[in-house]
Amino acid sequence: MNALVNFSKIFKFNGGVHPPENKTQSTQLPIAQLPLPEKIVLPLRQHVGNIPKIKVNVGDKVLKGQLLAEAEGAVSAAIHATTSGAISAIEDAIIPHPSGLPDRCITIKPDGKDKWIEKKPQDWKSADRKNLVASLRLSGIVGLGGATFPTHIKLLANEKSGVHTLIINAAECEPYITCDDMLMRERADEIVKGIAIAQHLLGAERVLIGIEDNKPEAAASMRVAVSATNITSMQVVVVPTLYPSGDARRLVHLVLGTEIPFDKRSTEVGLQVFNVATVLALYRYFEFGEPSLSRIVSMTGNVNKPQNFEVLFGTPLPHLVAAAGGAKVATTHFIMGGPMMGFDLPSDKVPITKATNCIIAASINLFAPPPAAMPCIRCARCADACPVDLQPQELYWFAKADNFEKANDYKLFDCIECGACSYVCPSNIPLVQYYRYAKSEIIAIDKAHEAADLARERNDFRLARIEREKLERAQKHAERAQAAKTASESLKKDATGLEHSSASLKANIHVDGGNAQNNDDEAQKLAKQAAIAAAIERAKAAKAVAGGAQKNVVNTDENIKKEIAEIDARRQAVGLETNIAKPAIDAGKQAKIAAAIERAKAAKAMAEAAKQNGKEGS
Amino acid sequence: MNRSPYISDAPSVSTMMLKVLLALVPGIIAYIWVFGGGILVTLALATATALAAEAVMLKLRKRPVQPFLTDYSAVITAWLLALAIPPLAPWWLIVVGTLFAIVVAKQLYGGLGYNPFNPAMIGYAVLLISFPAIMTKWPAALQLAQTQLSFADQLHYIFSGLLPQSVQIDAVTSATPLDYLKTQLTLKHDAASIMQAPIFGALGAKGGEYVTIAYLLGGLYLWQQKIIGWHLPTAFLAVLALISGVFWLADSAHFASPIFHLFGGASILCAFFIITDPVSGPTTPKGKLWFAAGVAIITYLIRVYGGYPDGVAFAVIFMNICVPLIDAHTQPRVFGHEK
Repeated sequence: MNALVNFSKIFKFNGGVHPPENKTQSTQLPIAQLPLPEKIVLPLRQHVGNIPKIKVNVGDKVLKGQLLAEAEGAVSAAIHATTSGAISAIEDAIIPHPSGLPDRCITIKPDGKDKWIEKKPQDWKSADRKNLVASLRLSGIVGLGGATFPTHIKLLANEKSGVHTLIINAAECEPYITCDDMLMRERADEIVKGIAIAQHLLGAERVLIGIEDNKPEAAASMRVAVSATNITSMQVVVVPTLYPSGDARRLVHLVLGTEIPFDKRSTEVGLQVFNVATVLALYRYFEFGEPSLSRIVSMTGNVNKPQNFEVLFGTPLPHLVAAAGGAKVATTHFIMGGPMMGFDLPSDKVPITKATNCIIAASINLFAPPPAAMPCIRCARCADACPVDLQPQELYWFAKADNFEKANDYKLFDCIECGACSYVCPSNIPLVQYYRYAKSEIIAIDKAHEAADLARERNDFRLARIEREKLERAQKHAERAQAAKTASESLKKDATGLEHSSASLKANIHVDGGNAQNNDDEAQKLAKQAAIAAAIERAKAAKAVAGGAQKNVVNTDENIKKEIAEIDARRQAVGLETNIAKPAIDAGKQAKIAAAIERAKAAKAMAEAAKQNGKEGS
Repeated sequence: MNRSPYISDAPSVSTMMLKVLLALVPGIIAYIWVFGGGILVTLALATATALAAEAVMLKLRKRPVQPFLTDYSAVITAWLLALAIPPLAPWWLIVVGTLFAIVVAKQLYGGLGYNPFNPAMIGYAVLLISFPAIMTKWPAALQLAQTQLSFADQLHYIFSGLLPQSVQIDAVTSATPLDYLKTQLTLKHDAASIMQAPIFGALGAKGGEYVTIAYLLGGLYLWQQKIIGWHLPTAFLAVLALISGVFWLADSAHFASPIFHLFGGASILCAFFIITDPVSGPTTPKGKLWFAAGVAIITYLIRVYGGYPDGVAFAVIFMNICVPLIDAHTQPRVFGHEK
């Protein structure tokens, strides 16, 4: 236990819970390599951000590490072939996502040779940092703690802000999950090399590696690795085991005492947070030229041989379950992630993705269905447990009553959905589900307002156009009448003034008509301009009135609006838009909640993305 | 589908309520020792009335009966009311009080979790206003009574209002210390000499103080079990001690000592069992301090200047009204936000 003596001060956050760890089951055996599966199914969306652009066709032969889809837009990540073989399909398939909706996937039929492309290691110590970060766009590396935010963006952010401290998230606070623990025990050297690369790329002065004190082996092994490098600016900080210490903002507070303001990214206060597995991927990429192809997955719960496996992305779940000795009889379904924040997999055939840190075979014995919810008795145990110092009991009332304005006032969007409140609730109220519901409703309302604004704007333009066209028509009418009048007057003159020569008469008509035309043009232009200006004024006034009314409905502050706008942009980009089902009005609240979950989950991931330092290594 | 967390570790509402009942047991034992077994009859009547009223109301409101009967919250209301009213009161008194507490103060407001007022205190206040004579007529502690009533006698008296032929009513009742102090002070007696009367004990009321100490033990058990927090009891007792201490130090001839205020009347029961009702109380830590302080101040003012000997019930009801206001203005700072 000497390795656990802590020399740095720990700054505890309020709240937190101590769920049973259940980690020892999957740490009895070392990390095992999973043999090649019979097929690889790679969802295009394994990260937060835009769907990458497919660069291959069905039938193409691909090599291990070959780029299959390239990052598109600012926030996106590339997808690579995780083994050599042939592209057998590009189609929609069920992906590991709580929505249960199918999404575009590339299927590879492995040829069994596992043949690599030509690897291009980079000399990261001497190469230009900018170029190195730019090349990361091709690496497919995303935050492997579960947030799956593209890593090159997190390194880019530094260009403006100047990160002075890098925090390595190795807290791994969720029960059951041991992938980071085992990785640190077995590959601490590589991790530390990866940390050095991240530190170099960020230009960070120091590095703090936060590990919960329930992982003494990992902490010891990391300490040895750190001291072997002679990098004095790197330090292992053992933090007390308390869920959710692995949440990035909580971990930053634990090791530095810094509260990242709710509306700021960590980089804005000179901090960046990376998960241990992510920095290891950085090391593999720069040192060996290997893109992100695999990760460690804890396969645990109701299986015969719980263990951690190095799994190629796209490996179908049954292959992993079989490697862990198969699921025991009472297994009901599989959970991805931990028991506090994980979700039910929509199918037991889904592929393993970059976000899959843990798969738990669930059974009634492990996770008994909760008893029926009782009314809230306002005991405020949830408030005591909340690591964000929210008042979950108030948020619950507001969410239940669809009082979204109040929910916003009580900082609903600061909720990290860690589940600590539900965990301690004597009334068994599914609090987090209420919050997910309220968040998604608020986002939907805001979206509806934006759509209404847009429609109103369009309508105003349409009305202005109609008015303008009307004026133009009237003007043309007047023109024609004027021209006819002039012509007839001239004809009269022509008929009575026989002394005028025909040549001068022609000129006269021409000049008169021309002058009349010119004068009319001036008047017309002025009238038209006045009419358009008036129409625009009216449109502006109408919009101002509407804008004022809108504010009274939901008074979201600017940051949330901005966040929602970003989320919307991305949602549209990934084609999620069409999947939003407005809950039926006559449906019960539970049904509404269920319908909202898909949106909420996406919203949550996106919201974290917007903060750019999402929870790594829960 | 996302329905995490899949695990929980919380005592159920039933468990929490049962622990509260358990914490009252030492007080009840002391009560029996001091005032006789009649309280058991009152407790039984109150419990039966509360459960029956709750069941009928749940049926009428088309709510499931079983889960709400077994949350035991109605039993707590019943017990608190039974312990608060005079022990030898006629049987219908506790029945009427419990009915009002459960039917009006609790179920008509929506049942468990929705009642803005502490049901037991509403029941008590209704009885005190409606039947002031009975509600202020306490039996003397057994050690002080000229004639001791047997359990059978008490039972008989509760149901028929008749005492054994040889016993006069004055022989078994006495003024409560708070009541006695108040009336004697209006007669311009000195507080110190008033408190020489035999009904005063070392801390509060003779006999009654043992019950109070037993309540204190039960309350500490609840705190140790994390059923209640420290904020409410500490703030209540501290503020009550402070305000009574200031008055006492300024003019000890007319004001009783802080010790008497803490251990006399219903102070301890209030601190650990009444203001700790989560449903009708505030939820924020700061709010709990304000709430308890408010109850302490109002209790003291009613005791000293009001028309009733003890002021706990009215103080609690008044502060219940203030709870939404208190909660709204005592929101803790959220992580990452400016104050």
